[in-house]
Amino acid sequence: MNIAPISGLTASGPKIDNKGDVMVVGGGISGIQASLDLAEAGFRVYLVDKSPAIGGKMSQLDKTFPTNDCSMCIESPKFIECSRHPNIDILSNTEIHRVEGEAGSFRITVTKKPRYVIEDKCTGCTTCAQYCPVQVPDPYNENMSLTKAVHIHFSQAVPLISYIDPETCLYHQDEKCNICVGVCQHGAIDLHQKPETLEIGVGAVVLSLGYEAFNPAVRGDFGYGTMKNVVTSLEFERIISATGPYEGEIRRPSDGKHPHRIAWIQCVGSRQVIPGGNTYCSSVCCAYTQKQVILAKDHYADLDVTVFHNDIRAFGKDFERYYQRAERLSDVRFVRSYVSVGREVPASRNVTIRYATDSEGVKEEEFDLVVLSVGMSPPKDGAELAKKFGIELNAHGFCKTNPLNPIETSRPGIFVSGAFQGPADIPESVVSASGAAALCGQLLAEQRGKLSRERVYPPERDVSQEEPKVGVFVCHCGANIGRVVDVPSVVEFASKLKNVTHAQESLFACSTENAQQISDAIRDKGLNRVVIAACTPRTHEPLFRDTCREGGINQYFFDMANIREHCSWVHSREKEEATEKAKDIVRMSVARTTLLEPLQEIELPINKAVLVIGGGIAGMTSALNMAVQGFEVYLVERDDDLGGMARRIHYTLEGMDVQAFLADLTRKVYQHPSIHVVTGSVVKEVAGYVGNFTTRVQTGRRTREIRHGAVIVAIGAEEYKPAEYLYGENERVVTLLELEGRIASRDETVMNAENVVMIQCVGCRTAERNYCSRVCCSQAIKNALKLKQMRPGIEVTIIFRDMRTYGFKEDYYREAASKGVRFIRYEPGDKPLVEAVDEGGRKMLRITVADPILGQRLALDADLLALAAAVVPSSTRHELSKMFKVPLNPDGFFQEAHVKLRPLDFAADGVFLCGTAHYPKHVSEAISQAYGAASRAINVLSKNSVTATGAICDVHEDACVACGACISACTYDAIDFYDTSAGRKARVNPVLCKGDGLCNTKCPTKAIYLNHYTDEEILCQIDAA
Amino acid sequence: MSAPQEFKPRILGFLCNWCSYAGADLCGVSRYQYPPSIKVIRVMCSGRVDLEFVLRALSNGKDGVFVGGCWLGECHYVTEGNYDALSMMHLGKKLLECAGLNPDRLRLEWVSASEGNRYAEIVTDFTARLKELGPLGAGEGMDKKTVNLKLEAITRILPYIKLVEREKLRVRFADKAGYEAFFSSDQLNSLFRETIGEKLAISQIMVLLQERALSTGEIAGSLGMSASEVAKHLNTSARAKLVRFDEQQKRFALA
Repeated sequence: MNIAPISGLTASGPKIDNKGDVMVVGGGISGIQASLDLAEAGFRVYLVDKSPAIGGKMSQLDKTFPTNDCSMCIESPKFIECSRHPNIDILSNTEIHRVEGEAGSFRITVTKKPRYVIEDKCTGCTTCAQYCPVQVPDPYNENMSLTKAVHIHFSQAVPLISYIDPETCLYHQDEKCNICVGVCQHGAIDLHQKPETLEIGVGAVVLSLGYEAFNPAVRGDFGYGTMKNVVTSLEFERIISATGPYEGEIRRPSDGKHPHRIAWIQCVGSRQVIPGGNTYCSSVCCAYTQKQVILAKDHYADLDVTVFHNDIRAFGKDFERYYQRAERLSDVRFVRSYVSVGREVPASRNVTIRYATDSEGVKEEEFDLVVLSVGMSPPKDGAELAKKFGIELNAHGFCKTNPLNPIETSRPGIFVSGAFQGPADIPESVVSASGAAALCGQLLAEQRGKLSRERVYPPERDVSQEEPKVGVFVCHCGANIGRVVDVPSVVEFASKLKNVTHAQESLFACSTENAQQISDAIRDKGLNRVVIAACTPRTHEPLFRDTCREGGINQYFFDMANIREHCSWVHSREKEEATEKAKDIVRMSVARTTLLEPLQEIELPINKAVLVIGGGIAGMTSALNMAVQGFEVYLVERDDDLGGMARRIHYTLEGMDVQAFLADLTRKVYQHPSIHVVTGSVVKEVAGYVGNFTTRVQTGRRTREIRHGAVIVAIGAEEYKPAEYLYGENERVVTLLELEGRIASRDETVMNAENVVMIQCVGCRTAERNYCSRVCCSQAIKNALKLKQMRPGIEVTIIFRDMRTYGFKEDYYREAASKGVRFIRYEPGDKPLVEAVDEGGRKMLRITVADPILGQRLALDADLLALAAAVVPSSTRHELSKMFKVPLNPDGFFQEAHVKLRPLDFAADGVFLCGTAHYPKHVSEAISQAYGAASRAINVLSKNSVTATGAICDVHEDACVACGACISACTYDAIDFYDTSAGRKARVNPVLCKGDGLCNTKCPTKAIYLNHYTDEEILCQIDAA
Repeated sequence: MSAPQEFKPRILGFLCNWCSYAGADLCGVSRYQYPPSIKVIRVMCSGRVDLEFVLRALSNGKDGVFVGGCWLGECHYVTEGNYDALSMMHLGKKLLECAGLNPDRLRLEWVSASEGNRYAEIVTDFTARLKELGPLGAGEGMDKKTVNLKLEAITRILPYIKLVEREKLRVRFADKAGYEAFFSSDQLNSLFRETIGEKLAISQIMVLLQERALSTGEIAGSLGMSASEVAKHLNTSARAKLVRFDEQQKRFALA
């Protein structure tokens, strides 16, 4: 293993050899995830972002749908993870210059734009920004607030390094000012910095370029740009955010007043055929608008909200319920209408909107604020980068992808993830990122681990025989702490505390130089406990734990006293009291550290085999990818043949031949020597945990035992058997899948049909199945187009509720309409009626439906009626859910660990998920997920051991009375009883324990304890407080 | 004579790492100001906060205890300890009430990682409320010694309370209102009286007798109970051989 020095949290520069495995271009959530997956799997990654910090669009969002999770809270830990990962080098503020070579050996020249700040010296203290006299609009807040010409991109930025905007900096304009140079105590400002060019060698590239929010200013859509109170949804995202221009209060731009009536206009820049618009559907706007509505109502309950929309496209997991939640709020109206913006009312600057409804005709209404739900446009530099990388774009300017594999570009070795594939939400971007990592892994399997780096530490000193010797380091954090808290007096106070043998100040404890001083002090002064009084442990604890290890003591002998976020910043006007509080906080920390115990992270060996349950397209794709990457795979399928639901799918909307693909994939799976296909078999029993599962699989009467380190659940879904619309009673009524089969076999019922009618949403979007099956609208369009292509004279009518042809599928919807396919919308309360009729010996079906546009009932005669039958969860889900201890959602689909950022993982470690077992999805989406799940599993399998934190529970056996209180509290099933010579005792499985400590509060005898947060440690803190 | 010093409440806070501690951090990042009344102990989950911690903080002279957790449904752990924290808070308030202390001195709130301003508002509001209540004990018209006696009496029976909690009080409701309704129901109140109330009274008597033997009247006076109540408990305790009547002193003493 190649061991090189590792850069710290604040500085991450290119290394001497400039050689890596993969370059990820774009540091949004997709690029971040791709980098982390690759790095964890043993590849060296260069993560390149043109922005001064990674994070992309997600960092600007307030919350995320459909859980309303705080966006920054879930994304920023990933920033830290990237910056601390020994296999990731972040190149921020960097552009791609030139690309040479080919798959396996690309040479990429990049240009680091000058920041005018020396990365290695800047600590991110923001003193420069405080003194900078130039105020400029803040791009992070969509220019709605002001920042300085020198500033940090946003407070959680990684890298946490200032940058100077040369366009507005007075020095760069006419050499008038260099205040920042003088105030920077690190000498980090370099106003003469020059661009730096680097050549980097990598084997593969992942393009995660993201998207651009559609800009309505270009055409002045809906008064945007001329009327102040018309804002884009991204601007509204900042408006509503606590870190936004109004600190989380909803105010409008013209006068800063709280708006009372807000309108959202959907499909701005999407689903538009006119010049300057995008014809496709942007996929995310319906859900994000509902999110904004819910959040806005949460801020001000009396808000009056109107959403003007086209189809409501709630096609994702839990989106249907989310829409209902928004729609059922009081004073919230969803109006299905095209609109135009009338005028700005001069006195109030209110905006009027004209719209039309079926029942009320044209109306005009006034609103205090109008939000344009803007769509996704291709990234600004997409075309230029495509040229440099030699890849093709599609007609819309997004990446042209392989319809069989949406992660492949037109050039080998270059992969694409995230919204550059086409409109995508966060989980989809995370899935394709993991998928891209899996494809890179397939290409570079031989290279795995060769460039990988690990940190090496000096051997740990045994301090068990020593008295506690606590070293206290009090950080000034530039002026952030020092200006409020009297740091020298805190140091003096600390030095007199019991067990403290060393106390000193630090200007910036986190700077590389100061961290070195701390580890030197540990060694030279024989410290065995360290307290750093500085900022929050949530960002800096990992860094200082490292510092302790560098100093040769156990990393758990460390505590952070948070005297910045919890003291100097929040008591800035009460300096004396803040200083007293800082002393108290330090005393608490010192008291705690004296009781801390050294803890070892547990390492358990990993069985390198993987079990895939379900032999459909998703399961087979995962299995094949992992086998090619060099892992042993067991593929268990319930049926006698592989293929799953795909055996009934013949073509896709995009024209892919599913059967040919399936045959090819099946052949490769059977032929691969590392894949053991076990058909006609079911999983009977599962034992073990991540790294060491033992699963019993039954084939006929035989049972075999499979040992594996990880498992992928890909059991797929099933087709709903309709009980409505004469299905099963009349042979002319079929499901969409059955129709597809008949089309493929040129069945005479299809070849002779004059009229075909399709009814959408059969068996879903109901009270019983309150979700959208996602695929049926596109399936209907696909089959309608196929019918029209085979028999141009045929009449096809689609009776629908909302057409949910999201993304580029919208183009096919339009094509179907232009080819004469008739679309009639129905309301759930007024479903179509189907009856069998016999007219003059001609047997057919008569479908009666209310037409909302014509306002009358229509009777359609049809030779064939196809029902868009719901996709329903697999019937075997319950057993698997119990055996692997993974949850199902209320609809019966498997529930992932985190809807946004862990869409392929389960909360149970080592168990992963892909395909329609997760939620209904198209073939290409299942393939994308399958690669993603493979990548997640390989993240586990590519390591030699699983590491579990030391801060987990353990039992004092002599105190345990085997009452089982802890066991009943632990839903991780981490605790069980076992027999000892002293009777039954509870014991903790360290791999399953997650360290929340709930069991501690249930134990009546204090037998079970959470390491690092024991009763003694906490009580001692309480006593010192 | 100098003017009496302004009362500045002292609060100990327990914040869960994932939401509330992060919210308090964001509060700092955003520079929202709040009084320097609170000091914080970080725990991984609000479910880790033991009643003993609350009692110990109050015994040490803190005027209030704050617990911050994730919003219901947003717990970082599968165990969803924030529901248990909610139960703990209700139980804790009941016990404080039993001890004659104002239950408002224990406060639980949900603060997400994005709610920096909410954290500042809560700390400010809690500080103001404690100011109204006055110092612990003094606010309740109780001297320091009595307060600590009562708190110790509760601490002593915590193992028993944990058993009762597991048997009778391990409930799970979807929202805060469910817990409020349950913990204020008549059924719960009578259950609480029967299971914990009596134990607590006896525990208080035990702590009191630790120092010296006392008569029924003296005990009643010290604990604010009626003489007949005390007599009843003394009888029970004598039967359980916990106390004995010292004929010489004509007083009750620990057995």
